[in-house]
Amino acid sequence: MENKVVIEVNNVCKSFGDKKVLDHFNLRVHKGESFVILGTSGCGKSVALKTMLGLIKCDSGSVRILDSEITAMSEKELLKHNLNCSMLFQSNALFDSMTVGENIVFGIKNRKHKKFDDKYLENIAKELLKAVGLQPDNISKYPSELSGGMQKRVALARAIATKPEIIFFDEPTTGLDPIMTDIISELIIKCVKAIGASAITITHDIGSAVKIADRIGLMYKGNIIWVGTGDELKKSDNPYVKQFLNGKSEGPIKVI
Amino acid sequence: MWFVNLIGRIAINIYDNIVDVLCFTGNFVLSIFSFPLYFSKIKKEIISIGFYSLPIVAFTSLFAGMVLALQIYSGFNGMSAETAVPAIIVVAIVRELGPVFAGLMVAGRIGASICAEIGTMKVSEQIDALKILGINPIKYLVAPKVIASMIAMPLLVIIANIVGIFGGFLVGVGKLGFNPVNHISTTFDFLEFNGIMLGLTKAFVFGIIISIIGSYQGIKTTNGAEGVGRATTNAVVLSSILILIFNYILTELFFING
Repeated sequence: MENKVVIEVNNVCKSFGDKKVLDHFNLRVHKGESFVILGTSGCGKSVALKTMLGLIKCDSGSVRILDSEITAMSEKELLKHNLNCSMLFQSNALFDSMTVGENIVFGIKNRKHKKFDDKYLENIAKELLKAVGLQPDNISKYPSELSGGMQKRVALARAIATKPEIIFFDEPTTGLDPIMTDIISELIIKCVKAIGASAITITHDIGSAVKIADRIGLMYKGNIIWVGTGDELKKSDNPYVKQFLNGKSEGPIKVI
Repeated sequence: MWFVNLIGRIAINIYDNIVDVLCFTGNFVLSIFSFPLYFSKIKKEIISIGFYSLPIVAFTSLFAGMVLALQIYSGFNGMSAETAVPAIIVVAIVRELGPVFAGLMVAGRIGASICAEIGTMKVSEQIDALKILGINPIKYLVAPKVIASMIAMPLLVIIANIVGIFGGFLVGVGKLGFNPVNHISTTFDFLEFNGIMLGLTKAFVFGIIISIIGSYQGIKTTNGAEGVGRATTNAVVLSSILILIFNYILTELFFING
């Protein structure tokens, strides 16, 4: 892991109506690092992720991604900047009107207005399908014809297709069975390493977090309250961490 | 007091919506002045909007022409109905009924489908996925639909006009026993260039209204499946109302300018 900071979030606040979702949220992720944000449902994880991608505008604070301040960017600049990032959505967000192959190469095809040969794109899609453990003949299927786990793999293939510098994972293992969770976690590690990207994952799945992460942050009430490695997480005396690990309803973490 | 409060809130709401729609339209206009323009998507949308709406638009127009012939005949009975029927039909269909019926039908068929498609993409995070992949959703999703509607609607209205006038001819000659040659020649006598231009201008504007409102409501969709349903209803109702309002405005503008 190098020391260059690729994500630097400082004092970001975001409210929806009266509800403060991010409260002076701070985060630093280094190049090549895999950082996992753990937290209960509704603690602001998804909003934090979307703020880092500019999908949600924050009320105050600064978000620097790959040395560019994205809070001040126009829509057009942001679209261009996002070419260096990609995201695996919780719902996969595969384009249901396109085949698996078209989904995977969509980002490459629409890049730099370059014309790509169809055969070339098909080969890339097949290679990526193999990389995520799917048969290349799935290329002409539609997302609705695939199981949840297969859709997740296709979404992962789409996320790594453009060889981004940072990949954001939004609850990558939610809704999958324990075996598939492990498979997807391993695939994430493998794929992220293969393209040398930094990864930031939000999840409430402790097992998958420990597996994927170089560092883990525990988020509560719109801010990260504890940071450490997977081993430190397990040994931690922090009452918040302990309550989260043990899954107890009583403790300092209050879930409404 | 609550009454004033309510009116205030409604006024602010309407104002916000108008500003939003104008910004959205501005974004669309900006988006068509830069590459790429996704021509293959525009072609696909023209077929979906124009070709597949043809049966319902033609059907509506045919019956409008037919029923109009009966009504004019009964209203003008004994007072040169043979001239009045084709004359009024051609003027009414070309200027008003052709574009308005086509507009309302397409609003129901295409406005709803545009809104449901974009709305579903919004709630399933596909719009966000487009943004992350560096694609401007307005340029990729909205612009082809609006451009296609602007092209397809006038073409649809030309066909609706022909079918509507033919409907009048069918009833006039077949049921009311008019002379077919006289009927056709009177029809052409009253077919004026200005009327045709008014009808086609209306069609063009209705095309913009239907696609912009459908897309806008789609992009603004929240709250899952229920939200998509609500947005679709709003899209159809709002575009139908705007079609009727703009129909009046355009008619008045054309008549003031001769």
